[in-house]
Amino acid sequence: MKAKQKVFNVAVYTVLLLLTAVFLAPIFIILMNSVKGNFYISDEPFSLPLGEKFVSFDNFLKGFTQSDFLQAFMNSAIITVLSVAGIVVLTSMAAWYIVRVKNRLTKMLYYAFTFSMIVPFQMVMYTVTYLAFELDLNSIWGMVFLYVGFGSGLSVFMFSGFIRSIPAEIEEAAVIDGCDPIRTFFLIVFPILRPTAITVAIVDAMWIWNDYLLPYLILGSGRNRTLPVAVQMALTGGYGNKDMGALMAMLVLAIVPIIVFYLFCQKYIIRGVVAGAVKG
Amino acid sequence: MHKSLKKYFPIFVFPVLAAFAVSFLIPFAAGVYLSFTEFRTVDTSTWVGLDNYIRIFTEDETFLNALWLTVRFTFVSIISVNVIAFSLALLLTRGLKATGFFRTVFFMPNLIGGIVLGHIWSLIINGVLGFFGVDITYDPSYGFWGLVVLMNWQMIGYMMIIYIAGLQNIPDQIHEAASLDGASPAKTLFSITIPMVMPSVTICTFLTLANSFKLFDQNLALNGKSPDTSLLALDIYKTFYDHTGLRLAEWHGTGQAKAVIFFLLVAVIAFIQLRATGRKETEH
Repeated sequence: MKAKQKVFNVAVYTVLLLLTAVFLAPIFIILMNSVKGNFYISDEPFSLPLGEKFVSFDNFLKGFTQSDFLQAFMNSAIITVLSVAGIVVLTSMAAWYIVRVKNRLTKMLYYAFTFSMIVPFQMVMYTVTYLAFELDLNSIWGMVFLYVGFGSGLSVFMFSGFIRSIPAEIEEAAVIDGCDPIRTFFLIVFPILRPTAITVAIVDAMWIWNDYLLPYLILGSGRNRTLPVAVQMALTGGYGNKDMGALMAMLVLAIVPIIVFYLFCQKYIIRGVVAGAVKG
Repeated sequence: MHKSLKKYFPIFVFPVLAAFAVSFLIPFAAGVYLSFTEFRTVDTSTWVGLDNYIRIFTEDETFLNALWLTVRFTFVSIISVNVIAFSLALLLTRGLKATGFFRTVFFMPNLIGGIVLGHIWSLIINGVLGFFGVDITYDPSYGFWGLVVLMNWQMIGYMMIIYIAGLQNIPDQIHEAASLDGASPAKTLFSITIPMVMPSVTICTFLTLANSFKLFDQNLALNGKSPDTSLLALDIYKTFYDHTGLRLAEWHGTGQAKAVIFFLLVAVIAFIQLRATGRKETEH
């Protein structure tokens, strides 16, 4: 029995290690090609960067300078941070109001926010773009405003669910002690909402950082473009010879921040992403 | 709380409501209306009744193709993603060492954005097909299976995490009892383990369903240049933005009508999901 168990375990580990190789191979291939000469990337994508094929970090230098990569990176970072902060603070406030003040209006709002979760983006794609341009929202700040709107459905839903489980007595005690609703919310309610706030922040950060279509339609491929837009433009836009080396370097630079973020807050990310699964 | 909070509506709700109105409420209402019109831009629309909807199923040839492709793609993805993810979850809940490492690796692709993911696989798939002197645009089935592989790579780790949570909820005593009764491993799997994780199966099925059905970024990055491999979301996008000229107003109207049908299909799926998960919960 013991020996049989051991053989079985060896077999399981072999399968798992093979699968690990399969799962990591695409990332490894991109890394490998990012230090290869242009010519060898499309012709020999699976060969190792050895000898004359190896070009050190030339591609990364080109990737940085040619496509103004840093600008796109900063745009994405600013939009993601501001939008996530805006969503977490503003929607938790709205959710608290909606749960605690019970009337026809708040009930309708709750249903509207929940309903918006099932509507695919294509339904509002054309009209929201038009409205955003009419209202001069085609800027970094406008983008943040739109993300607060697009993110509100899921986060109001998640915050409301959690707030309903908190007894209102704690808040009422604070009011009796002379706290106004704003201080009550930030001093008492918001700290209790922390676990949900972390989940909402992670789910929305991944979504906004990776989002392509909305920022492409609103901000375009000019100075305000975000990282996914820059990647898509570099790999498909324009005619003539593409600098494959620089493009591979861009892909690596786009992935690295996500992987670093993941390795550092893995526990929260896995929990958050799975909790966010309610967004059907 | 109710009384003193009530008059704080402008501070607590208005900011989100304003953003929500601009990014959802108004565009949604306008979108439904515009699907019954032809329009070059939003402010120049003419009412045409059901013309756009009729055109989708008569003149326009791409929508039904895209719908059929999406249905096939979704079906294949649901089966392959869930079978592999569930098998991995079974392997990783046997109390082996280093399972944390494997979980980390398998989950990682899920975090990479669709556009980047699409281009990674574009390089790999075209690299492999290059040995045979073709590329992904050569045959629509290459694009189809390319998408399936990509979807598996991205979704397996995610579903695996949900299955692991489900499997860990099964009390050990049940498995012990089964093995004392002399149940074979296969019998235990199909008669005990799988029925016990049915709630996870339902969640994962609908998650894969929704994600495959609404796939856009990956499709654009991987198959943007090849015809006949547009899923529904990409087909709607192309109807809006790949046309110019005299019939632009018709194309816009048609695109918006497609978007409404797409929305209705997604809404039906969501409704069935709500019923399915709701019923499962009351059973327990």
